[in-house]
Amino acid sequence: MAQIFPKWWNQTPALALVGTLVGGGVVTFALYWWGSPWHTDVGYKPTQPIEYSHKLHAGDMQIDCRYCHAYVERGPHGGVPPTQTCMNCHAQVKKDSPKLEALRESWKTGKSVEWVRIHKTPDFAYFNHSAHMGVGVGENRAAVGCETCHGRIDTMEVVKQTQPLSMAWCLDCHSDPAPNLRPVEQLTAMGWKGDLAWNEKATKIAATLNPPGSLSAAAKRGPNGELLTYATAGCSGCHR
Amino acid sequence: MGTPTATMTLPDDPNLRGDVVLPEVIEGREPLVRGDHDFHAITEMVCKVNEAPILQTPNGLKFGIALAAAGAAMFGGYVGYLFWEGPGIWGNNTPVAWAWDIVNFVFWVGIGHAGTLISAVLYLFRQKWRTSINRFAEAMTIFAVACAGSCVALHTGRIWMDYYLFPIPNQMGLWPNFRSPLEWDVWAVNTYALVSILFWYTGLVPDFATLRDRTTIKWRRFFYGFLSLGWRGSMRHWVTYEKAYQILAAFSAPLVLSVHTIVSFDFAVSQLPGWHTTIFPPYFVAGAIFSGFAMVLTLAIPARQWLGLKDVITIRHIENMNKIILLTGSLVGYAYGMEFFMAAYSGNQYEGFTFLNRMGGPYWWAYWIMMSCNVITPQLYWFKKIRTNVKITFVLSIFVNIGMWFERFVITVTSLHRDALPSSWDYFVPVTEVLFLLGTFGLFFFLFLLFVRFFPVIAMSEVKGVMAQANPHWEGYGHAAGHAHEAAHHHTEAPAIGGAIPSTAVAGTGGHS
Repeated sequence: MAQIFPKWWNQTPALALVGTLVGGGVVTFALYWWGSPWHTDVGYKPTQPIEYSHKLHAGDMQIDCRYCHAYVERGPHGGVPPTQTCMNCHAQVKKDSPKLEALRESWKTGKSVEWVRIHKTPDFAYFNHSAHMGVGVGENRAAVGCETCHGRIDTMEVVKQTQPLSMAWCLDCHSDPAPNLRPVEQLTAMGWKGDLAWNEKATKIAATLNPPGSLSAAAKRGPNGELLTYATAGCSGCHR
Repeated sequence: MGTPTATMTLPDDPNLRGDVVLPEVIEGREPLVRGDHDFHAITEMVCKVNEAPILQTPNGLKFGIALAAAGAAMFGGYVGYLFWEGPGIWGNNTPVAWAWDIVNFVFWVGIGHAGTLISAVLYLFRQKWRTSINRFAEAMTIFAVACAGSCVALHTGRIWMDYYLFPIPNQMGLWPNFRSPLEWDVWAVNTYALVSILFWYTGLVPDFATLRDRTTIKWRRFFYGFLSLGWRGSMRHWVTYEKAYQILAAFSAPLVLSVHTIVSFDFAVSQLPGWHTTIFPPYFVAGAIFSGFAMVLTLAIPARQWLGLKDVITIRHIENMNKIILLTGSLVGYAYGMEFFMAAYSGNQYEGFTFLNRMGGPYWWAYWIMMSCNVITPQLYWFKKIRTNVKITFVLSIFVNIGMWFERFVITVTSLHRDALPSSWDYFVPVTEVLFLLGTFGLFFFLFLLFVRFFPVIAMSEVKGVMAQANPHWEGYGHAAGHAHEAAHHHTEAPAIGGAIPSTAVAGTGGHS
C-alpha cells in the first residue's frame, strides 16, 4: 500500500509540541510586553485646545504647580485650573495673543476650556491625590513629589505621560516607598534628590506608614512583626 | 476441530438475562463478549457506524447530531449574550452568588469521574469487563469536563479576564492566589482534562489504525492515518503502547479521588454552614462516581441498542455498573445522613438551622427530589431482577442524573440563600439559566454523537483481548463438544472461521484485522 504521508511527516508531533510551547511563549510575552501600559500609555501626548507650555510657565517662570493645580494637596483630584486662573495674568499679559483666542472665548462665554485629560486611573481603582502629597505627622511627614509620577513637567512644551500608571507600577512604590519620599517642602521641586541623611530618614518614615487597608491579607509582616508592605497595599485600599 | 454441535435449540421458556435471551445455562463465569463472534466480526461490528458514507449516516444519528448541534449553537449564542450582558442575565445575586453556574460545573465534572474510574482504576485492578465500556466512558469524561470547564470559565462574568487564573506575567503585578481552593480547582480540572485526553487518545491509536487500514476513501485514510501516528501493530509498538497505557492509568487513578476532592474544597474550605464539612471530599467523590456511572448507563443503553453492540456491552456490564451505583449511591445516602447527624451532634445552631432549612425551608422540594432520586433509587438495585432489567436501569439512571444535579443545587443554593444576616435572605429564581443547562447538554451530546459517528466507540483491540479466543488455552472454534456454553455459541450461525486463531494474533489485531 502506498504511503499516506511523506517521511518528513514523522517530525510533525515534535514540531507541533515545540511550536505550541514556543508559540505560546511568544504570544504570552508579546502581550505582556507590548500590551503593557509602558507601551500603550507612556508617551501619550494629546493636542490641547490651547498651546499651553508647561516649560514656559513652570520651568522658565517658576510658577509653583499649586498656583494652577490648587487642590492637589487637599482634594482627591489634582484638578485643572478654571479659565479665571489663567485670566489672573492673561487679562494683562499677552492679552491680544492669537494663541489665547480659545481662552478669551471661554472667558466671554463662561464655557470651560476642554482640556484633554492625560493621567487617568481606571474607574475601579480608587486614587486620592491628596493622600500622596503628605502623610505622617510632625517629624515623620513626607510626600511623593510631583515629578515622581508626572515626570519633569518643567521641561515639557506639551505634557505627556511618562509613567505607565499600571497596577504593578503602583505596587512597586507601595511595597518600597522610601526611594520616592521627600520632605513636604520639596513637593513641587523638580530634579530634587535626597541626601544620605534624608534617605535614612525616609526608610524610617516608610516603616511607620500603616494606614487603613494594610489590615488586609496583602499587608505582610516579617518574623518580628515589621511591616513588609506599606501604605494601603491591601486590595481594598484601591479597589473599594 | 471436533464436530460442531450446533444442534442446540432455543428452550421453550427462554431464560431472560436482561434483554438477552439465554439459550443456555451459564456455567462458571459469564463471557464478556456474547454470541459467536471472531475477532474480525468485532471489528466489523464496531467500525460499521464509522465507515458508513457521510450521506448514509443512519437517520437516527443524523437527527441526533442535528438536534445536538442546534443545542450547541444555542449555547454559543447564549455565551455571546452572556459576554455582552454579563452575569446579570442570571438570577444570581447576594446572598446567592453561586447558583446554576457552579451547580452545572460540579454536575458535569462529577459525571466525568466514572470514565476515569473505568479507564484507570478498573484497569489497574484487572477488571476485564471495563474493556467494553471504557472507550465511550472516557469520551464522556472528556466532553463532560469540556462542559464543566465552560461553565466555570463563564461563571467569572468577565470571560476575557479568565487568564487571571493562570500564573502569566502581567501588568497588575498579580499572581494567582495559590492559597485559594478555587485556584487548586483550576489546576485540578485542567490536569484532569489533559490526562483524560491523553489516556483516551493513547487507547484510540490502534483502533484508528484499524480504521485507516480498512478505509478506501482518501480523506478518511488521511484523517485516521494522521490520528493513528503511524501505528503498524508491530510487537514493539504494542509493548510501548502497553507501557504508556499503564503509566497513564497510574497517573489517572489518583485523579479519580483528587479532582472531586478539590472541587469539594471549593465549598468545604469556606466557613459557610452546610459547606464547611470534613465529610465533603469522600462524599463528593462517591457522588461523582455515582452520577458518572448513571451517565454511562444513560449513554450505553441506547448506544448498544442502536449500534447493535449488545453482544459486547452485555447485561453483565450493565449489572456490574448497577452494582457500583448501588455502592456509591449508598455511600452518598450515608453521607446525607451523616451530615444531619453531625449538624445535630455538634450542637451548632447555625449548622442545625441550615440542615433543617434544607429539609423544610423554601427549597424543600429540591431537597426531597435529591433524597428520593439519590437515596431510594440505588437501593432498588439490591434486587437482581431490577439491576438486570435494561429498561428499568435506563429510567433509574436518568433519575440518578436528576438527583445528582439537585444535590449540587441543594448544596450550593440552599446553603447560600439563608446567610447569617436575615435581612439579606433571598429566594433564588433562575432567569435564563435553563438555557445554560440545556446548552451544555447540547454541547455534550454534539461532541458525543460526533465521537460515535467518527471514532470507534468500543476499544476493539482491548475487547479482542478478553474474548475466549484470546485465551491461550482456547481450543478453537467448534472444538468445544461437551462444554455447554461454548457449544451454545453455534446455535444461531455457523462458525465464521474454521480453524483456531493463534492467541498471539490478539496482539497484532489492532492494525490489520
